[in-house]
Amino acid sequence: MATAVEVRDLKAWFGKTEALHGIDMAVESNHATAVIGPSGCGKSTFIRCLNRMHETNPVARSEGEVKVGAMDIYSMPAVDVRRKVGMVFQKPNPFPSMSIYENVAAGLKLNGTRNHKTLDDVVERSLQQAALWDEVKDTLKKKSGASLSGGQQQRLCIARALAVNPEVMLMDEPCSALDPISTAKIEDLIFELKQKLTIVIVTHNMQQASRVAEFTGFFLMGNLVEFDRTEKIFTNPSDKRTEDYITGRFG
Amino acid sequence: MTRIRFHQELDELKHRILAMAGMSEQAIDLAVQAYTQRDLALCQRVLNNEDAINRAEREVDEFAIDLLAMQQPMAVDLRFILAVIKINADVERVGDQAVNIVQRVMNMIELPAYELPVDIPAMASRVRAMVRDALRSFIEGDTELARHVLEADDDVDRINKEAFASLSTFMQAKPEGAVQALDALSIARNLERVADHATNIAEDVIFWVRGADVRHGAGQSLAGS
Amino acid sequence: MSNSFLQFRRRFTDYLATFVAAALSTIVVGALVAIFAYLVIKGAGSVNWAFLTHTPKPVGEVGGGMANAIVGSIMVLGMGSLMGIPFGIGAGIYLAEYGHNRLGSLIRFTADVLNGVPSIVIGLVAYGLVVFRQGHFSAFAGSVALAIMMVPMVARTTEEMLLLVPQAVREAAFGLGIPQWRTTISITLATARAGILTGIMLAFARIAGETAPLMFTALGNQFWSFSANQPIAAVPLQIYTYALSPYDDWHRQAWAGALVLVALIVGTISVVRYLFGRSVLREVS
Repeated sequence: MATAVEVRDLKAWFGKTEALHGIDMAVESNHATAVIGPSGCGKSTFIRCLNRMHETNPVARSEGEVKVGAMDIYSMPAVDVRRKVGMVFQKPNPFPSMSIYENVAAGLKLNGTRNHKTLDDVVERSLQQAALWDEVKDTLKKKSGASLSGGQQQRLCIARALAVNPEVMLMDEPCSALDPISTAKIEDLIFELKQKLTIVIVTHNMQQASRVAEFTGFFLMGNLVEFDRTEKIFTNPSDKRTEDYITGRFG
Repeated sequence: MTRIRFHQELDELKHRILAMAGMSEQAIDLAVQAYTQRDLALCQRVLNNEDAINRAEREVDEFAIDLLAMQQPMAVDLRFILAVIKINADVERVGDQAVNIVQRVMNMIELPAYELPVDIPAMASRVRAMVRDALRSFIEGDTELARHVLEADDDVDRINKEAFASLSTFMQAKPEGAVQALDALSIARNLERVADHATNIAEDVIFWVRGADVRHGAGQSLAGS
Repeated sequence: MSNSFLQFRRRFTDYLATFVAAALSTIVVGALVAIFAYLVIKGAGSVNWAFLTHTPKPVGEVGGGMANAIVGSIMVLGMGSLMGIPFGIGAGIYLAEYGHNRLGSLIRFTADVLNGVPSIVIGLVAYGLVVFRQGHFSAFAGSVALAIMMVPMVARTTEEMLLLVPQAVREAAFGLGIPQWRTTISITLATARAGILTGIMLAFARIAGETAPLMFTALGNQFWSFSANQPIAAVPLQIYTYALSPYDDWHRQAWAGALVLVALIVGTISVVRYLFGRSVLREVS
């Protein structure tokens, strides 16, 4: 099996505080890897390092090696990294000033693609992949992104991220603001998307991690405590701290 | 520690299954006593208690399933509940074996007594010890003790085979006592089955504590660890 | 204290507060209506075709109009806005997106101070910068004065509106690999569009009525002028001149001018609002 993202000794700081203490992880291609852990353990910081979003915070800094495919993300412009490694956020954030069509096309249009036919095709393809096409195909250019329901907005954000054709998709608690049915739809989506890309998903919900991810990493206080196949982590973890967390003895 | 209610319920589950196990143990004791004393009243008691054991089995299963559905247990808690469900079945069958023994005893009481070349009480006390150890290993989460139970099963199997041999010889020598001999053989086999259930319980304990599936001889590698 | 008394007191306080708020609002709206009504009463009669198309008649003669002043105002306001709005928005963008440092604080402080400088002082500054250098009064100088007034106003409101755009929207853009400058222009700015527009309109309304800065820059002109390099008439200037004069006819025309000026401002704002003002921020939160 191939490695989509190779992380070696990744450290991250907020000002003087070290938030990640040297993380090593190999993310498997075309699989979903879940990142779990109690609040403040560094899991969001971790995935935000993978697409260099961490450094958009003026006091943030990171060090270490992160390779996506064969390329070191610190040796290329951050903007290029983010086109290869897409992100979906916790609270759906469609661009409020744009229609559904424009939202999905934004990643391409604002980076130079002008050809209408190309844009049309990409918008349709992405919305299909995000299982949203049928619901919005008649009002693509009329309705604004923000007029959809929560679950639809999140799928719109997924479509928008897919439009730039990333290799890896990072998801930061994508379902935590959604109802169970929308959550289930997105989990089904993740299952489909794995065929084309690699997914790293941060989640507070351990049942979700066990439903969608083949691999799981348990973070605690800035360290990666255990990383293994999901079934192993949830039936017989090797580290006592992992077990205490997943059985609810803390966290 | 969080999830207080859940852990209280796990304790409750443990108590319930141990209470039920106590009833099954008592059933075996009474059955063997009925054999040695040729006491019909004791047989009747065993038969009467059977219902209580079956009811308890249903309740334990229901409780365990509810916990699985409502509390989403993981890792060791999940293995514990699964182990309890399996032990539940084994304990109930121990109760069934007590009933089977008692039915053979009731048959034997009707017939003249014979001096049979098989020491049922001795075998029974070994088997009872296995059951007790298996249940204690469950209470303590003691995998060492559980392993001893697995090893003790070999002895019981051997005793059963010897019983078969000596009773066969007896039947050829004294055909008029064949029915009693067969009853006794049946009782020996029932006891051997109880021993098997005890080993199942021990294997479930190891699964719960270690997360290792040692059924069907897969536990040989565990001997060294 | 009994329960029902507390309930009564609660309800009474509620009604009282509502009443006070309503009363104060009524006073404010009333004042506005009164001003408009007064303007209309005093001026409507004098706003006629002649007024809108003729230049002022020589002193003492009856009749004439403010046509050149209306055109002059439009010119000066137009040029002033053309200079002031881009700089203002640019400064606002800098402050909101990049200005979280000492330079930003300095700019912010300067803008706030400028907002408080009396407009006549700004007129003097424009005099020194443009009129004195060029050696003559001009419409351009007037527009410079107005632009100087516009910039800090537009900058601060633009900054406020941009800061209202949630960080999540920017992050979404960054996550797509859109560079910061593009994000700011195409997304953040677009999202804050309505608010920024309101800020611009407020600044426009403010400078449209300014008289003092135009006094030593545009100076005023009795005749038609369409050149940026010559003194030009403006409605506020004409109103000032006419109001201080001893002639009744000019007083009458001053009222008409005031009415026309207010109508122009309200008209411009309404048109711009109608064309560009769909609010997007309401859906974001």
